[in-house]
Amino acid sequence: MNREELQSAITALNADITFEEGGEYLTANIPADACRDIMQALHNLPAFEMDYMFCLTCVDWKTHLTMVYHLESRKHAHAVVIKSKLDRENPEIETLSDIWRTAEFLEREVYDLFGVRFIHHSDLRRLLLTDDWEGYPLRKDYEDPINMIKL
Amino acid sequence: MDVKDNQQQAFPGDVHPTASGGILVSKLDDVINWARSNSLWPLVFGTSCCAIEMMSTASAKYDWSRFGFEVARATPRQADVIIIAGTIVNKMAPVLKRLYDQMADPKYVIAMGACATSGGPFFYNTYSVVKGADHVIPVDVYVAGCPPRPEALLHALITLQAKIKAGDKREKIVIEKFVDSN
Repeated sequence: MNREELQSAITALNADITFEEGGEYLTANIPADACRDIMQALHNLPAFEMDYMFCLTCVDWKTHLTMVYHLESRKHAHAVVIKSKLDRENPEIETLSDIWRTAEFLEREVYDLFGVRFIHHSDLRRLLLTDDWEGYPLRKDYEDPINMIKL
Repeated sequence: MDVKDNQQQAFPGDVHPTASGGILVSKLDDVINWARSNSLWPLVFGTSCCAIEMMSTASAKYDWSRFGFEVARATPRQADVIIIAGTIVNKMAPVLKRLYDQMADPKYVIAMGACATSGGPFFYNTYSVVKGADHVIPVDVYVAGCPPRPEALLHALITLQAKIKAGDKREKIVIEKFVDSN
């Protein structure tokens, strides 16, 4: 599917989806509580067949967090970016690790560095930081007076 | 003794000519240093992109084995020099320390590139990077660059050889060559 076809097909999945202008990929903003259903559809429906998640990350916008998923279909060679806004004080979203296995480690990384909890994740442990680490280093307000030299 | 003299000096000592061919008079320390400097086995150690340049320096085009660095060792117990090729993060620091401790004396350290000398691009606003590998282990030679070109690493290795041949202590490793030429 080309970009326009993909956009209208994704719109048909859920009425609350909005799209961003510009950018290399078609970018859809979806509500966090509908995330899992939409992602399941993108993975399973033959028209999309997004079998490859090539990036999963999070962005701290100071007012809120945004989960960012990059999906691609090897069969149809189309790709889409899915974004989902999270509450900064209590960030949680359904896991996608059973749909794309690669999300298992990527979600652990986001959990470790941003503090997002992935509901129903099979093994949500720290990935990079030490066990006794306090705070989430990739959040914009993170402070570490010992190791950080502020510019 | 400056860097240039060291490179040109093939073998330490003077030949005293005699009827039957000549006698070499030298100091044992000088001979040992000469031998050590020409057979420095580096440890296989690389933590980021500098390691790519280091591998390039080892391979055919730059070929550091011309200067006696050919046998990169995968165990610190057989290595003489550790080239810190890349960023050292707080989690890696104890590993680096342990590797250094496991190396047999005499041992030498080259800090390759901006990260290993000072933290480089990760100096400000980072929670995880050690601001210079010399916070963890003592460094003999620092190489500038991000990453340094293979020529720069070769120069560092030759500088290390010059230092060993001169029998200098770690504090005396300032580049005297530049002072002399001015």
